[in-house]
Amino acid sequence: MQKFKITMLAAALLSGSIAHAETVFVTLEKDNAIAIVDPIEGKLLKTVTIGQRPRGIAVSQDGKQVFVATSDDNTIKILDSATLQEIGNLPSGEDPETFAISPDGKLMYVSNEDDNEVTVIDIAAKKALTKIKVGVEPEGIAVSPDNKWAISASETTNMLHWIDTKTSKIVENTLVDPRPRAANFTADSQQLWATSEMAGTVMVLDTASKQIVQTIKLEVQGLTSEQIQPVGVLIDKDRRYAYVAMGPSNRVAVINAQTYQVEKYLLVGQRVWNLAFSPDQKRLYTTNGASNDISIIDLEAHKVTKSLAVGRYPWGVAVKP
Amino acid sequence: MAKKINCLALLFLIGLSSHANAADKLLIKIAYLSQEREAPAALSNLDPFIQNKGELGAELATSDNNTTGQFTHQQYELKKVIVPIGGDIVQAFNKLGDDVGFVVLNVKPAQINQLADLPAAQNKLLFDAVTSDDELRGSQCRHHVLHILPNRAMRADALAQYMLKKRWQNWFLVVGQTPEDQLYAAAIKRAAKRYGMKLVAEKAWDNTYDARRSAQSDVPQFTQGEDYDVLVVADEQGLFGEYLDYRTWLPRPVIGTQGLTATAWHRTHEQWGAVQLQNRFKEQAGRWMEEEDYAAYLAVRAIGEASVRAKSDQVQAIKDYMLSDAFALQGYKGKPLTFRSWDGQLRQPILLAAPRSMVSVAPLDGFLHPKSELDTLGYDQPESTCK
Repeated sequence: MQKFKITMLAAALLSGSIAHAETVFVTLEKDNAIAIVDPIEGKLLKTVTIGQRPRGIAVSQDGKQVFVATSDDNTIKILDSATLQEIGNLPSGEDPETFAISPDGKLMYVSNEDDNEVTVIDIAAKKALTKIKVGVEPEGIAVSPDNKWAISASETTNMLHWIDTKTSKIVENTLVDPRPRAANFTADSQQLWATSEMAGTVMVLDTASKQIVQTIKLEVQGLTSEQIQPVGVLIDKDRRYAYVAMGPSNRVAVINAQTYQVEKYLLVGQRVWNLAFSPDQKRLYTTNGASNDISIIDLEAHKVTKSLAVGRYPWGVAVKP
Repeated sequence: MAKKINCLALLFLIGLSSHANAADKLLIKIAYLSQEREAPAALSNLDPFIQNKGELGAELATSDNNTTGQFTHQQYELKKVIVPIGGDIVQAFNKLGDDVGFVVLNVKPAQINQLADLPAAQNKLLFDAVTSDDELRGSQCRHHVLHILPNRAMRADALAQYMLKKRWQNWFLVVGQTPEDQLYAAAIKRAAKRYGMKLVAEKAWDNTYDARRSAQSDVPQFTQGEDYDVLVVADEQGLFGEYLDYRTWLPRPVIGTQGLTATAWHRTHEQWGAVQLQNRFKEQAGRWMEEEDYAAYLAVRAIGEASVRAKSDQVQAIKDYMLSDAFALQGYKGKPLTFRSWDGQLRQPILLAAPRSMVSVAPLDGFLHPKSELDTLGYDQPESTCK
């Protein structure tokens, strides 16, 4: 597998035009478009108009479809990932912002921020199955890799709601640091990592007890605590490192996921919000909303290798293998 | 299950059920006390007079609190008492009852301490959700009154920071006729001194006739003969300030109570999740959220946040949490809001807004403070006269 990737890479570098190793899609909130980027060549390939105020974005398991929440159109659009033509849309409820797809690719969980609800959608049937009442301003959402839990983070209620995916009912609520923004599970589903935008913390929860077991305070010399506003969080598949986008402090925190120590703060673009791994987890892509670019981070060296202008207000990022 | 609890919360809200207090639920009673105002004289008919400023903010926050409460087994009941013009506000306060621990006040500045000093107020926590009065936070402060809106000193400092950044250091101050205008002017002078600004001229606007008729000829004459960078206007009621812009003898920007203003909330504000609050409010109220609505919203949300964290329905426990370092209120302004322990003032960023655009947010970058940059605005601990 590894070898195959390297061969692909070499081929791409040599010929320039054929098979890209991967494609990065970035939603541009203010341009009503998505940017398509070749991250290996570090090039913006093209920009495609998509709909009003695109924010959350994801690529389907098989890589064939791209889902984009076009918030002001009140829908989630389905695009053909090769042609970027719209091939359908999902009844997301009003003002969809973020969503998560179950690991089997069947269900989508959407945060409806204005209605204090999570909508559960059957993707194949393009039907809303149920709406779950959650706290005020739900935003961050995640499904555990073992498909047992869907998590909704409500920003004003300051809670993580644990939704049993079998029953679509909340079975537990964990009170967390103020304005929780994003949450993500470790690959083994044993831990949930969540960020608090206002406390400037990353909380690690134990899935079994649903309690916070670690709180990591992010601090950067020379910056006030008020500038530290963590948003997106991702943990690598071996739980070696966790990466946290730190908003207006313009940095990504590199956290040792075994010792919970912050090892590095990488300077990226302004107001960094969302993150995505490359399929081989050798690179990390960040959207920098205020500087209109994305940063590419080499995860072996933990170095920012490139920043690339993509358009106005880059918000979400997803990668097609 | 969630649905059922919601319905129950609704019943509480409209006061139909006082005995449905499920044994395992903490019930927190909050009063919103206001007195109707006479529509003031205004320069323009553009903005209609809004009688219920504040009230709808308290309602929205109560519904937010109850959404959270369904998961924490807490319920919030809002008792709205609106005293008519000429009605007895003291009597209304005395009738609130001992079980109401928290009172959000939207009354005249002079009534804040009149109510706070009543025997019935001593075991309650009061929220001043309307005044900008420096004295109420200073020598006249009461330790069971918390102040939500920025005071005049904070607003003036916010403007001064921006002027310093723009290097508009020579100010021409125009002061209206009301006592409030004098207080605003005093705050401007304090800020000028703090930030090394020069007050190169000061004039009272004493024209008694309607500015609509004569502004074109009056304002150039009024501002002629002075050289300055910026015209600072103190006209809280809005009797003439709007008519200064574009009419000054020299082309100069207008700031203060008109032009570029310093405010806790503004309809042009959309960062840091503010759009969501603007939308939720507009959907409920059918109008924009005003500063007083935001203040009442924050007051009731502060009670919600502190009671959830303290897991309590007791005034003292909730107040203790609110004034502790652990308290952090989400105010949709990018920074957690907290209370200053020395005078009960809510620490907060201040929006610098033009009528149709957000210009900047104070504290501005570069204004540093050893503890919180928010304390570069207004009376810091060593300067406070609150005992």
